[in-house]
Amino acid sequence: MSATLFEYVLRIGDDSLILGHRLSEWCGRGPILEEDIAMTNIALDLVGQATNLYDYAAEIEGKGRNADQLAFLRFDREYKNLLLVEQPNGDFGMTMMRQFLFDAFRKLFFESLEQSSDHQLRAIASKSLKETKYHLRHSSEWVIRLGDGTEESKIRVQEALDTLWRYTNELFYQDDIDQELIQNGIAPDLNHLRKDWENLVSNVLNEATLEIPNNNWQHQGGRKGFHSEHLGKILAELQYMQRAYPNMEW
Amino acid sequence: MVTESEIWMYLEEVADPEIPVLSIVDLGVVQKIEILDLSCEVTITPTYSGCPAMKLIETQIIEKLIEKGIKNVKVNLVLSPAWTTDWISEKGKKKLLTYGIAPPVDEVDKSVLFAEPIVVPCPRCSSEKTRLVSQFGSTACKAHYQCKDCLEPFDYFKCLR
Repeated sequence: MSATLFEYVLRIGDDSLILGHRLSEWCGRGPILEEDIAMTNIALDLVGQATNLYDYAAEIEGKGRNADQLAFLRFDREYKNLLLVEQPNGDFGMTMMRQFLFDAFRKLFFESLEQSSDHQLRAIASKSLKETKYHLRHSSEWVIRLGDGTEESKIRVQEALDTLWRYTNELFYQDDIDQELIQNGIAPDLNHLRKDWENLVSNVLNEATLEIPNNNWQHQGGRKGFHSEHLGKILAELQYMQRAYPNMEW
Repeated sequence: MVTESEIWMYLEEVADPEIPVLSIVDLGVVQKIEILDLSCEVTITPTYSGCPAMKLIETQIIEKLIEKGIKNVKVNLVLSPAWTTDWISEKGKKKLLTYGIAPPVDEVDKSVLFAEPIVVPCPRCSSEKTRLVSQFGSTACKAHYQCKDCLEPFDYFKCLR
């Protein structure tokens, strides 16, 4: 049971950490100052959520590892994040589209996780949900503004949607880990969120005058540790300090 | 023997590191104070998950109480119940306004994506003609606004519920 819960918490934590890291790559490079600040703020929320989740995972594991060790000292196959969150930033439209598809899922996910029978997951969910609502509002507004914007912005953000859509099925990936925790009332059944996610996403995309692509090919593998080539590059940067100077602290 | 209300008073002297005009008590991050025989436990909660000030707040609490002669101070960090801007004291909201930060106003449900924007009065000239520049300001807890009358840019302490 505790091994299952550890794995489950790690998966959610990895989603937060890797997306938080991706957004932090925009620091100093935002298209305008306000967006530079917004993206780093959101990155900070996500890394904060990851810290809370890793603290809890470390406690469940009970092997003396701490949150930093989980964040910085695992190998790529041990990271269990969704493939969506590790996809490159691309242009600003690509980053906002990735964020929007994820935020829409995250909001519904945390709302359900707030009902978990696990006290600490409930606490983390209600804390994170308040932040996620702001993220979702921000990313939705940008998707609409870019989609229903200029000819150029529309082309770009439609391309982003076409590229990223094939990673969205994985948002609802579930296996034995989830099944066991669903039975214990700890994890929400993601199948129940799917309809709401589709509605939320299509409302915003309609407003943005964007079209959901009909490519049916869907990637998955992140939850089992099978990643795209991008994760290794993220980790090379993310882990550099701890690998080069083991146990260093700020 | 120190009393709980004395500790609350001492903690009024601990300033929030990012908005030093507010004490951590004004901000509502102090959840509980427990006096045990010769020690004292203070329970705090973060404003945002990634709030970088929590470690510093913890250190400042310990330093303040040691200065007041209370040794054996323990600071616990809890996530639940999750912090909300409703916990900022009335006194704290007035201090924010004087400092030039618009305090949180009651907000329409955030889960409604395309609701009417809220009215945030300018802390400088009180005009209600202001515009949201960015949902995310100088810290995670603030949004960036501008007054359309006096043109002053200002921070808004955004409502978190």
